[in-house]
Amino acid sequence: MKSRLLRALLIDYGMVFVLLFLCALISLLTIADIHPEDPRAGRRLAQLMVKKYGKEINVLVVARKIDADREFASALEQELTDLGATVVGTELGDPRTVRKRMEQLGAESMQVDLVATHNFSSKWSIFSGEMLEELASNHPTLENIKVVRPPSYRWPTFLTRQNLISILNQNAPVAIMAIGMTLVIITAGIDLSVGSLMALAAVVSAVCIQEFLGAAQASGFSVMLAFLIAMLVCALCGVFAGVMITAFKVPPFVATLGLMMVARGASYILAGGADALKIEAESIGVLYSTSILGIPSQIVIMVLLFITAHVVMSHTSFGRYVYAVGGNQTAARLSGVPVVAVIIAVYAICGLSAGLAGALDASHFGTGRPKAGEFYELQVIAAVVVGGTSLMGGEGKMFGTFVGALILGVIQNGLNMAGIDSYRQMVIYGALILVAVLVDQLKKKVINPAATG
Amino acid sequence: MPESDSPCANDQPLLAMKGVSKSFPGVRALENVDLTLYPGEVLALLGENGAGKSTLIKILGGVHTPDCGTIQIRGETVEMENPLTAQRAGVGIIYQEFNLVPTLSARENIFLGQEGSIFSWIASKQEKQKAEALFDRIGTQVDPDQLCQNLTVAQQQIVEIAKALALNARIVVMDEPSAALTPREVEGLYEIVDELRSQGIGIIYISHRLDEIDRLADRIMILRDGEHVGTRRSADLDRDQMIEMMVGRSLKNEFPEREIQVGEERLVVAGLSRGRAVQDVSFSVRRGEIVGLAGLVGAGRTETVRLLFGADKIEAGTVTLDGRKLVPKSPRQMIANGICLLTEDRKNQGLVLGLSVQENFGLPNMDDFAPAGFISKKSETAAFAKFVNQMTIRLTGGSQLTATLSGGNQQKLVLAKWLQRNAEVIIFDEPTRGIDVGAKYEIYLLLNELAAQGKAIIMISSELPEILGMSDRIVVMREGRVAASLVNEGITQEDVMKLATGSEATIAG
Repeated sequence: MKSRLLRALLIDYGMVFVLLFLCALISLLTIADIHPEDPRAGRRLAQLMVKKYGKEINVLVVARKIDADREFASALEQELTDLGATVVGTELGDPRTVRKRMEQLGAESMQVDLVATHNFSSKWSIFSGEMLEELASNHPTLENIKVVRPPSYRWPTFLTRQNLISILNQNAPVAIMAIGMTLVIITAGIDLSVGSLMALAAVVSAVCIQEFLGAAQASGFSVMLAFLIAMLVCALCGVFAGVMITAFKVPPFVATLGLMMVARGASYILAGGADALKIEAESIGVLYSTSILGIPSQIVIMVLLFITAHVVMSHTSFGRYVYAVGGNQTAARLSGVPVVAVIIAVYAICGLSAGLAGALDASHFGTGRPKAGEFYELQVIAAVVVGGTSLMGGEGKMFGTFVGALILGVIQNGLNMAGIDSYRQMVIYGALILVAVLVDQLKKKVINPAATG
Repeated sequence: MPESDSPCANDQPLLAMKGVSKSFPGVRALENVDLTLYPGEVLALLGENGAGKSTLIKILGGVHTPDCGTIQIRGETVEMENPLTAQRAGVGIIYQEFNLVPTLSARENIFLGQEGSIFSWIASKQEKQKAEALFDRIGTQVDPDQLCQNLTVAQQQIVEIAKALALNARIVVMDEPSAALTPREVEGLYEIVDELRSQGIGIIYISHRLDEIDRLADRIMILRDGEHVGTRRSADLDRDQMIEMMVGRSLKNEFPEREIQVGEERLVVAGLSRGRAVQDVSFSVRRGEIVGLAGLVGAGRTETVRLLFGADKIEAGTVTLDGRKLVPKSPRQMIANGICLLTEDRKNQGLVLGLSVQENFGLPNMDDFAPAGFISKKSETAAFAKFVNQMTIRLTGGSQLTATLSGGNQQKLVLAKWLQRNAEVIIFDEPTRGIDVGAKYEIYLLLNELAAQGKAIIMISSELPEILGMSDRIVVMREGRVAASLVNEGITQEDVMKLATGSEATIAG
């Protein structure tokens, strides 16, 4: 019983262990001093300051003029005020403006005991000993000024919320397309057109907004409408591929290879040969730039789609049909499975997912890029294959694909952090994909020899 | 080896398998089985489906490794590590599914893998002569330059045998060799077996047809549930005893009795045509009737029912079910209209082997279990459990992979998935092919029960006793046309055979 459980774990979730192993490995390799800059670090700094120097302190809060720092500064200021300390001012800017502000405070003979900032700003030269002395010599109220920052600690830079979110965010387009690709590959097909369809969707969105939906005046609703139109175009491209494959018996590889080139060319034509088609609408970021509970919308969309896809594959007749068509098309047809409809639907869904990835791309960059998603089809296929879906069709799991996409993302991130250049990254990346698939094959052989014999 | 040259070679067994056991996850396939084969004898291997015959043969062929036990060939212990070691040891196995490359010629298939290194020169002429010599040894000629995809099943079988002989096989295993052959081809096969036997080759012959075992076997070895029940001289066993040893009980009658009220016409097929395979075929099936479709392989029986089921495109003709006119377009449409087809080829057409057994069961029944698209696993599981109990399908559970099921249990699974549909017209294409005697009887009982429920049943069979034993009416087909439609009263096998072959009896070998 125990060995059967272990076997099931290894077969169904083996890749999860690979992912965890990779995460642990990269974490170990990236342990470094972490200097927190988030609002929590601001509050913690305030508490430490009051604890050490008492309530009777005059504090100048300094940070850069960026959103994250603004949050840090306001949390710090709020906490200091709550604890009874005095905040003489908050300066969000660069070393020059900070110096100006300090001189101004000195000129007003305002007593300043502490400058509270984070690690980054504390390294500014104006906070060096000489500069502070010089300042103090001109302004006596600034004489005993001390610069404080939140305490640092050792932690893997890989394993920070920010990094993990950025891995998910960067890989979301590939992962979203991998959902559609998983369906296609389970039916023993392949779709090479996803990368090009992604570009087509981005460009079509741009054209729609610029030409028909009011350009700069386009509302958020209009932008969403443009995205929907673009996704629909991609879904129709998928339908076209599906019809080629079912009605004319064109091999999926060839049908989608043709579509890949047509869609890429069409994207460049629509963009008028430009590298990027500017979208003037203010609300273009409506899809990409929102976040829910601090998580970028792209990630939320991706996770929701994976959950939906998982439910569809394991609990609906459509899911059962997809597996049946891939496992044995003849038997499926003779069992009453609408094989043609299933295959067309699968390519349409794959096109739709590429369209969504393209819409996200347009929303992200604010332009329609005809070169978006170049070579993404290979990354997408790699994610699906690493996730344990067989290219022979008939087997594969959405959860596996999700893990596969994460593994590729984590590897890429780890290689970046290790400072490996992009050419070497490519070699390692490719080799790791081969190893992953090899391990999968060996595992099947070792664990279930009867199935392969 | 000196023994093989000596006149008393018969004392030295060609092959001795001792104490062979093999288990698969959840299944004990073989338990301490012994097998002895002497030169120049035919050993018939008998047993129900799932008795372990295939496993035993696959162990001999190096496909499976036994958990324990030894294999000796001419007194020497051989480790069968893979199919290649088996080949080198002189074991030639002709599986039910042939291992031929359809796009290569007969000659190329015979010598495939013996060309030497990857880049050696192939002396086609010599090969051709060698191939013809091999066919001479077998006693039947096949055009060595013909592509295998153009050969009949019988000819392909001969190519397989030649391939084994080309590798100097001294032990030839045939797994259900007659299953796909016409009666005339079967006669040819018997002669080939006799010929090989006279050349001192030891033959293991697996079959479910007791009459051919009577005809061919010197000794009979019987397996039941993975255990060796016994090996007897065939002269010492009669048919009833064989059946008793196989199923562990005696079967009184091969075909069950039934009393059935035949009612009004339910299914009317008129003028069905498609190319040369099916030409203007008309017949009807009445309530509670079993109509047998008889004819030679290639007479167009399977093609006819495929048209009727919407699996192939019809060129002309109509199908009327209970007065409703239907134009068959797809299996899905015909299934929805209450017609279902149990194909002859279960593995390739009946089941999706990569799905679990329960998923296969549910596949044609999604309108029942998933009316709104979402599958109710609960009702599916309940319905499936009912059939598993009723039909005693042997499984480890609903999630078992279909590929790991034995042949007989796969057939039961196919039956279960269609019975769940409660269809009005049920077409059985060779329902008992490759099925053992005990399970056959169960299927006959089921056919009768379905007929008693008022269904209309069409049964294709190449076994004339089965056609005569089960049908109310017999439709005989020849070369794509209906040769005759007979009420099954006082008809003999010879009558049907004459109609099926035509008066001139011209069948290509």
